[in-house]
Amino acid sequence: MAFSTDPETFRSEIRAWLEQNCPEEMRDRRNDEASICWGGKKWNFASDAQKQWLDAAASVGLTVPTWPVEYGGAGLNRERQKIFLEERAAIGARSPLESFGIWMLGPALLQFGTHEQKLEFLPPIARGEIRWAQGYSEPGAGSDLANVQSKCEDKGDTWLVNGQKIWTSYADQADWIFALLRTDKDAPKHKGISFVLINMETPGVSTKPIRLISGSSPFCETFFDDVVVPKEQVVGTVNRGWDVAKYLLTHEREMISASGSGMFGAGRALGAIIADGDSDDLILRGQAMQAEVDAMAFELTLERYKDQAESGQGVGDASAMLKYAGTELNKRRHELVMAAGGSGALDWADDRPAAWLRTKANSIEGGTSEVMLSIISKRILGLPG
Amino acid sequence: MAKLVKTEDEIMLADAARGFLNDAAPVAHLRKLRDAGQTHDPELWKSMAEMGWAGVLIPEDAGGSDMGHAAAGVIARELGQTLVSSPFLGTAVIAATALRKAGRSDTLAKIAGGDVIYAIALDENTKFAPEAIEMQAKSSGNGFVLSGEKQFVVDAGIADRVLVLARAEAGLTLFDLPVDQAGLAVDARDMIDSRNAATLRFDGVEAPGDDVLGAPGEAMEILRPALEAGQAALASELTGLTAGAFDMTVGYLKERKQFGVPIGVFQALQHRAADLWCETEITASAVLNAGRVLDETPDEATLAVSLAKARATDTAIKAVKEGVQMHGGIGMTDEFDMGFYMKRARVAAEWLGDYGYHADIVARARGF
Repeated sequence: MAFSTDPETFRSEIRAWLEQNCPEEMRDRRNDEASICWGGKKWNFASDAQKQWLDAAASVGLTVPTWPVEYGGAGLNRERQKIFLEERAAIGARSPLESFGIWMLGPALLQFGTHEQKLEFLPPIARGEIRWAQGYSEPGAGSDLANVQSKCEDKGDTWLVNGQKIWTSYADQADWIFALLRTDKDAPKHKGISFVLINMETPGVSTKPIRLISGSSPFCETFFDDVVVPKEQVVGTVNRGWDVAKYLLTHEREMISASGSGMFGAGRALGAIIADGDSDDLILRGQAMQAEVDAMAFELTLERYKDQAESGQGVGDASAMLKYAGTELNKRRHELVMAAGGSGALDWADDRPAAWLRTKANSIEGGTSEVMLSIISKRILGLPG
Repeated sequence: MAKLVKTEDEIMLADAARGFLNDAAPVAHLRKLRDAGQTHDPELWKSMAEMGWAGVLIPEDAGGSDMGHAAAGVIARELGQTLVSSPFLGTAVIAATALRKAGRSDTLAKIAGGDVIYAIALDENTKFAPEAIEMQAKSSGNGFVLSGEKQFVVDAGIADRVLVLARAEAGLTLFDLPVDQAGLAVDARDMIDSRNAATLRFDGVEAPGDDVLGAPGEAMEILRPALEAGQAALASELTGLTAGAFDMTVGYLKERKQFGVPIGVFQALQHRAADLWCETEITASAVLNAGRVLDETPDEATLAVSLAKARATDTAIKAVKEGVQMHGGIGMTDEFDMGFYMKRARVAAEWLGDYGYHADIVARARGF
């Protein structure tokens, strides 16, 4: 089905489509981790409705609304995407599918991939058939990401991969991984890295979950032991993988500005959360009030940056501010939620401890707060060194 | 709502204002006034009126330029950047909004022409709380008699007229009086920000019925929008002040050398400067939003305005604190301008409601 390009016609079309195709169960306004559909070969649908909703959305390209139709998207421009998201939110519908493929690999392929790579890899992402993991960090390459050492050697007809990745999200659930690998060990560190796609079923690939302080294991170590990879699975130019990685990191932070509302910032008013608790502590109340002021101003900043982007002014390096301020704010908020909950929030049966502990990673993953501050001081303020 | 992006007109207005003020009123101008024992430059105010700034919120048929609250914010920001001492906020923003609301076209025309300056007399103790004031306005004939004391009356020493909030039998009532009215004594204060403020003593001051703005008992209908306009403009002034202090600080980090290198290479300072920049970005959104809301849905502006004043206050205080610290010893000297920024930030933080006052309004609106 082709949607209208006229915004107002589109709005009524999408409203009718949602009404007809989004199962009632999927309209529960949830967007927490447990409600997300990640897709992939190993995915166990939580309900028939979840599968039905994924298939319906994928059949018209609405799992990836802005991707071109030929690669599995709906070809929506920004304006119509916004209308779609507004209408989806209006009925409280969940997102039909979320994944690293949608957030990260897709945008990288659209920017740097060949037509063949796009045709091969994008539609299965859009349909939720293939789940991707991200293979960036290594034990010796965290904030210093360009120091990756995992080797990808040219063996004539194929590549041979050896090494280890860490913090690979859900690698044990993933079908494929996109990884930053060293293809030239003699070049300066940024100039000898390639962006490589690897099927997790290839002999020599193994994973091991890492148990986190929250008790869950969303991250893995991933090992490559003499893994043979076809030549055409490099994205972009060999040895220029850092360009792809950098594009993705900026894209990831800009995405926060495009859809961040609710991810950080205000959410449920802290005042109500405190009122639900048993504390009449004035200090806690004052801290929560300050957090609320900051959260509301931050939400307006997301809106301002979105408006800027729509007026054609890029957000660029200022996205580091959104990442830094948004994640720090989120951590502050969860500290207050825990304090408001008192001893009632100390039981693993409650969902607050795990959520609180999870936020501690917000300011580490995707570039630490300190890396963000360094980006701002050098690229925006022009400070030396 | 209009986008949270500056319009072409707003950018042009800011550039024009900056160009004018760089010549006519850099920080050195405030220093010169202070050293001469003055708080006000009538010529400067006259020039500002000629550019349409005094009439920024006054209808065109009353001689104003009627550019709106976002534009008033643009001007206030530029005034803040070089710490310009002027009656802009009290007269062109607060009094003009109140008088417009009360339909006083004659007085509005005088404001737009730069021919009358207003002071606003609200506070009766050390904190802003207009609805809790106690000064009595006793009925007398067809008018009232005012007795009591008002503190922190900004611009009182240079004003021709004063808006006074008092409590009549009908409730809070707003009066528009000449400053030289019999029984009214002006006790000027030597303020830390080198601006004008005074304590006003009312000893049986007669206020004829015509001097009431709006109706007795309905002061807040006129005053609330006027104060919100003033609070939003003051928040804008504070963002300009913050930018002025921050730019000086970042400039200093690049040029000051210690241990043989510019001190800006030290990560301890880099990260603090970057954090401060983030604060300024976030505050800018709240302040821009307040101007937009005041222009588009002025009856629902309370939350947006208080958010802006709270954030702008907080950020400005941080910026001047870091400004002095990062400048080291020189930041403590009177010869250097940073101290002027710090002292103005302190006064602006208190005027029209401090952080706690406005954070409380935000919190209440958010379920606290």
